[in-house]
Amino acid sequence: MFRPAPRASGYLHTGYGEDIALLQTRTERASLAVFAILLAVFPFLASPFALDLACQVFLASVGALSLMLLTGYAGQISLGHAGLIAAGAFTTGILAREISAPFWITLPASALTGIVLGFIFGLPSLRLRGLYLAVSTLALHFVVIYLGGEYETKRGFSTGIVVDPPRFAGMKLTDGRAWYFVLLAAAVVSLLICVNLLRSRSGRAWQALHVRETVAEALGISVARYKLLAFVISSSMTSVAGCLFAYYRGFVSIEAFDLFLSIQYVAMIIVGGMGSLLGALLGAAFITVFPYLIEALLRLLPNVQKLAGEIFAVNYAAFGLVMILFLIFEPLGLVGIWHRLQNYFLLWPFRYKPLAGARK
Amino acid sequence: MTRLHHPLPAEEEGDRSCSTSGIALQLVVNIIVLGSIYALIACGYVLIYRVSRVLNLAHGELMMLGAYLLLATASLFNGHPAIALAAAVLLSLLAGALVYVFLMRKMTGEMVLAAILTTVALGILIRGAVLLIWSAQQQYPAQALGVANPSFSLFGGARISFWSAVLVAITIAVYGALFGFLRFGRWGMRMRAAGQNPLLAAQRGINLHGVYALAWCLSTLTGAFAGILMALDSGLTSSMPIIGLKAFPAALVGGLDSLAGALAGALIVAGAEVLLIYYVDPLLSDVVPFLVLIAMLVVRPWGLFGTREELDRV
Repeated sequence: MFRPAPRASGYLHTGYGEDIALLQTRTERASLAVFAILLAVFPFLASPFALDLACQVFLASVGALSLMLLTGYAGQISLGHAGLIAAGAFTTGILAREISAPFWITLPASALTGIVLGFIFGLPSLRLRGLYLAVSTLALHFVVIYLGGEYETKRGFSTGIVVDPPRFAGMKLTDGRAWYFVLLAAAVVSLLICVNLLRSRSGRAWQALHVRETVAEALGISVARYKLLAFVISSSMTSVAGCLFAYYRGFVSIEAFDLFLSIQYVAMIIVGGMGSLLGALLGAAFITVFPYLIEALLRLLPNVQKLAGEIFAVNYAAFGLVMILFLIFEPLGLVGIWHRLQNYFLLWPFRYKPLAGARK
Repeated sequence: MTRLHHPLPAEEEGDRSCSTSGIALQLVVNIIVLGSIYALIACGYVLIYRVSRVLNLAHGELMMLGAYLLLATASLFNGHPAIALAAAVLLSLLAGALVYVFLMRKMTGEMVLAAILTTVALGILIRGAVLLIWSAQQQYPAQALGVANPSFSLFGGARISFWSAVLVAITIAVYGALFGFLRFGRWGMRMRAAGQNPLLAAQRGINLHGVYALAWCLSTLTGAFAGILMALDSGLTSSMPIIGLKAFPAALVGGLDSLAGALAGALIVAGAEVLLIYYVDPLLSDVVPFLVLIAMLVVRPWGLFGTREELDRV
């Protein structure tokens, strides 16, 4: 579904329909069905804490998928992802607060903000590459955060903006389980958008200009157009994630969108595995759950009281350490491990050793 | 962030003396002090980038580490401020070497993004470790060392604190030494050669890993100078890396591979920041350097004194 997975034997297609189907084998369909049932049953069995964690994972997935589209496929580095999420969240917060706009206005408005900002964030990419592009997105992040902070202080919401829960057909959306399904739907929809975009002309164009811009241009791909398109699509998705974040938390404050959040999103696609949508999902889950995992591990240690105040610092250090370990020892990320596992069981009992120096 | 680096005495002084020339002079002094801070930090970015084409986003954290190391040595060598200072500087030199040997050496030849992200991750690791060891509350290394921070009155009523003046002097000394070293020193020449063409340099028998390690050492050393002096001037919290990040635009505005550029860029960024804060809005403080950066990227991305082909290399 995400990339040609290793398979035991060839599957022959007899029609175009089969060729473009998302799920091609019976195993894929069956495992997806099992996974869907698990996801549907989960909220009725899980504790409120686990439910909240799952919601956070879904929210992070939307952001990570859109960043993967931009960085992993189109090859445009962005360190300003938190700025875009902030833009979506603030659009929602401001509209809901100032003109008490309903859900169906703030969501498209956030997407629109994302489109405009994506265009602005993307403009430097026409001239700059690599490091310089990363730096320009970093600078734009600070500008967006400044504008948000300015609004907060000028309007007197110095602690943050309270956002009322959205209403659907006269009903307020406050229940954890309802939120679970809303955010799950958001994550699934963004996944489908990404999968289908990548199979289309624009997806192929992005991958081409990622590998070599000059060749892409020679093949008739308008490099400027597709770079801007990548930025626009990615940041509108990110802003929608920001909008959902604002409603889910019920509160928007500039402190939540610091540079660390941008780095967390970049860490998601690095830890998950560059150039793979599955990687974005795995990375989002891993990075979101990671701090809670560390906290749980700390509780196992004997003198908990002493460490209780420093959990934040431990989290910080552990996060940096894990990121370094992945960058050095597993550049392919979680998805690389997953593919190696798949290969191992597929070829068992025979072992296939890649040639020395082969990348994958 | 609290105004950690340099409180603006201009506002208070201006109210008292009400003389325009006094305010102007104070603003000039503030620009020079802030410019020196940025220049001292920016030369760390430039050194590493010029030699190894790596952007070190952990520079702010390494700078903070230097200041916290001073805190540690101050309690260790109680009553001997000179020994404590020297020990802190040596330790941060060692920290730079360790970072290269155990981390960045493995990233040689990897993607640009991977190298940048490794430094980002290193920064987070250092910040976490510092929080864990020294906690997040504000510390005063000057008190721990037992040194005072008197404030001088310059001609015309402008004021400058002692450690700020030392910082300006050290910045001038560091730049003078670096210029001389890179121009005439044996290892300095090797560093320039490695930066121009690593392959040719290696074939001429230059030890690239040695040169890179030296660049990291020098960069951390100058960063530690900046961190220590700022901490002596106005105290130390874990939000110091933000200043390190704000100094990065100074390096880029001047040209990432040019030391003279870093000096010019630092003065431009500091000038814009001090004037805009004074005349427009204090909230702008955190964003001005990045606005200057964006303007520069639009007009002349390779910087004032940078080499143009840099853009295509990355």
